[in-house]
Amino acid sequence: MSASDTDFLGRPVIAVTGLGIVSSLGRGVEENWEALTAGRSGIHRIDRFSTEGLRTTISGSVDFMGEMGETSTGLSYAMAEAAGSEAIRMAGLKDDDFGGPLFLAAPPVEMEWQHRLLLDRLDGAAIEEAGYDRLLQVARKHPDPSIYHLTQCSRISELLADRLGTRGLPITLSTACASGASAIQLGVEAIRRGETSRAITIGTDGSITQESLIRFSLLSALSTQNEVPEKASKPFSKDRDGFVMAEGAGALVLESYAEAKARGARIYGLILGCGERADDFHRTRSKPDGSPIIAAIKAGLADAGLGPEGIDYINAHGTSTPENDRMEATGLAAVFGDELKSTPISSNKSMIGHTLTAAGAIEAAFSILSLKDGILPPTINHANPDPAIELDVVPNEARRQEIGAVLSSSFGFGGQNACLVLGRAPDA
Amino acid sequence: MTEPRDVLITGIGLVSSLGEGIGAHLDAFARGPGLQPNIKTEGFEPYFVHGLPAIDWSKQIAKKGDLRQMETWQKLGTYSAGLALEDAGIPMDEAVRAEIDMIVAAGGGERDASVDAMVMDRARGPNDPEKVINETLSTELRPTLFLAQLSNLLAGNISIVHKVTGSSRTFMGEEAAGISALYSARARIASGQSEICLVGSAFSAERKDLILNFDLAELMLKDEWRPVFARTGDRQGIAVGSVGAFLVLESPEHAAARSAKAYARLVSALGDRGRRDLEKTAGRFADLLPKPTASMDEVLVLSGATGLSEITGVERKVLAELLAGAPVRAYGSVLGHSFEAQMPAGVALAAGALSRGMAIPPFDTGEERPSEAAPRQAVVTSIGHLHGEGVCLVETIEGGRP
Repeated sequence: MSASDTDFLGRPVIAVTGLGIVSSLGRGVEENWEALTAGRSGIHRIDRFSTEGLRTTISGSVDFMGEMGETSTGLSYAMAEAAGSEAIRMAGLKDDDFGGPLFLAAPPVEMEWQHRLLLDRLDGAAIEEAGYDRLLQVARKHPDPSIYHLTQCSRISELLADRLGTRGLPITLSTACASGASAIQLGVEAIRRGETSRAITIGTDGSITQESLIRFSLLSALSTQNEVPEKASKPFSKDRDGFVMAEGAGALVLESYAEAKARGARIYGLILGCGERADDFHRTRSKPDGSPIIAAIKAGLADAGLGPEGIDYINAHGTSTPENDRMEATGLAAVFGDELKSTPISSNKSMIGHTLTAAGAIEAAFSILSLKDGILPPTINHANPDPAIELDVVPNEARRQEIGAVLSSSFGFGGQNACLVLGRAPDA
Repeated sequence: MTEPRDVLITGIGLVSSLGEGIGAHLDAFARGPGLQPNIKTEGFEPYFVHGLPAIDWSKQIAKKGDLRQMETWQKLGTYSAGLALEDAGIPMDEAVRAEIDMIVAAGGGERDASVDAMVMDRARGPNDPEKVINETLSTELRPTLFLAQLSNLLAGNISIVHKVTGSSRTFMGEEAAGISALYSARARIASGQSEICLVGSAFSAERKDLILNFDLAELMLKDEWRPVFARTGDRQGIAVGSVGAFLVLESPEHAAARSAKAYARLVSALGDRGRRDLEKTAGRFADLLPKPTASMDEVLVLSGATGLSEITGVERKVLAELLAGAPVRAYGSVLGHSFEAQMPAGVALAAGALSRGMAIPPFDTGEERPSEAAPRQAVVTSIGHLHGEGVCLVETIEGGRP
């Protein structure tokens, strides 16, 4: 290894050699990046199911994955497969024989309503009264392993491991809306430990169902600005009123820089550091002083060996909820001080909505593209800035700007805070 | 890369149908061979459920407001995590606990079975099911129930109640999640990426919605209970068991600095997966098994076998070949099967037995052979009911805690 193969702590430098993206904007890196930098929104009216009587009737659902899209588990797999295989091919590797471990951020799964209702309609139970006692009797008469498979949280990673030819036991994880970033962090750690020279990290989420929409709605987390769907997600705006649920998948091939160089791979960017910190204040709200968010950002910067002045652009978590955007701005201000006003920050969620489990992975992939192409995607729908949040949000139109390092933040329910620092490829 | 270092087990929090605390479990085992499991059948016929005894949750979860936010699964996990931290002697000092990392292996939380029944009832006949779902869930679901269901909210509750905030990672995926949690926590400490980590899982068995999922694939033991290794033919399957199992893993330096004594050393924690034909599975499992340095009668094998006879048969055959002479105990016979918590529970039992120098009497006098020697090493296995295989090696420590 030469000196440039290791970082300031003597650890292997982590290169990103492949990307894959699926979102409501389309399938594939090119289609997504083109739409995102054009400031297009993928948010639309829901037609997957009836929204009659619901407070929110819009989403960034992904409706073009064919029959796999009929269940949440199936859709989450299909998008992860599309993004994962794209990333591996982009890395110049075989997409059925990747040869490294898989770190997957995936939504928790359970039996879906279509299957409960299907079982209830079957005969064979002595109990008439609706409920699980009846369904158990029905199940004993009509076993159906295909439903069982969809309820197993290891299902998606098992299918992916076979499809992509990954090695070892894949890790499926959930750190709520920080999951995608956590998956990348696990990959980085494995390479730094010297366990593997490459890893594929994928975040996927295809869980927009009636029930999931209602659950988030009951927590008053969702935007109800249904009239013009593409205008509902407006991070950092004064009239933001909640996030827009969305689906998608993001994948990154991570490799030790030395190995990537040795095999002549093209390097699109680097993962310079990762930081995390849990919050012990409340199940859905951040500690009022923002200290866990601040600690996560600082830990990410420290792991990258950078100060705030080393960050040229922030890919915000920016969900468009009143609480998140205010807390995120507060946390950033505490770390960046005066630097913050001159550091552009934009939210991909203004266009693709909040892809939940996948968000950290998709936004890391977009961050790598920003580094590679020198384009900062905009925060769209920014007509009415929040005077309490003084940020350069790259309003409404993408900006050309060469950048060297990006901070990408992810914050989730359950006190999950994770930050990634991504850097430009050395020769780019 | 830092030179690998030892990883110590300095705290255990174990709760199951047999009681709470590692000591209570070992005491129960010590009562002799053929321990009677604590099984509930009432309300669950024809299934078998190793349910929880009465637990005073307030001993580890002091605030009523916190308890109100959780259902049994999260209470069980949060309680067991608290036991582990207390057992490790880690004070309730936010500055200390803010440095502790955490990895939780989790499934999902309880559903509101009565609301589910209501939807199914109303969706019968001419009613439009989608409309029924929208109306019923919007009006009947308790808003905060979502938070009791989210997988990562067990870890979230542990942060809130026990102030563990160094990091918080939740792994999912049945048995594999428990294997990976131990693997990841061990690897991070061994390599210097972490100094101390709370790692574990909880599974709440008294849930018909989960039993339904598994029995749709005909995986549940029915009608007649037998110990795990005696389950064959029509009398095979899973008997679910409620288990909360958390460990405090620590670097030797970190443990020494706070004068903490360890139960045992977690030498390795490995997992693999692949297609489940019997030969390939046997091969992968054999590759995961360590070569113990102790003599075989001083090696205890704690098998996390599920009770599904084919795969259990593969495991026993490989164990008989590669660890011939070592006593094997299928702890699922006494705790039930706890999926994500299976491997953490096995490692907890191993660490306890090693530290007490205790030969565990057979759980099943027909299939398990007695042993007199105090174990010096323990091999803990968990072969997932559908996929994923894992093996941990735990080793006794000179001068460890009695």
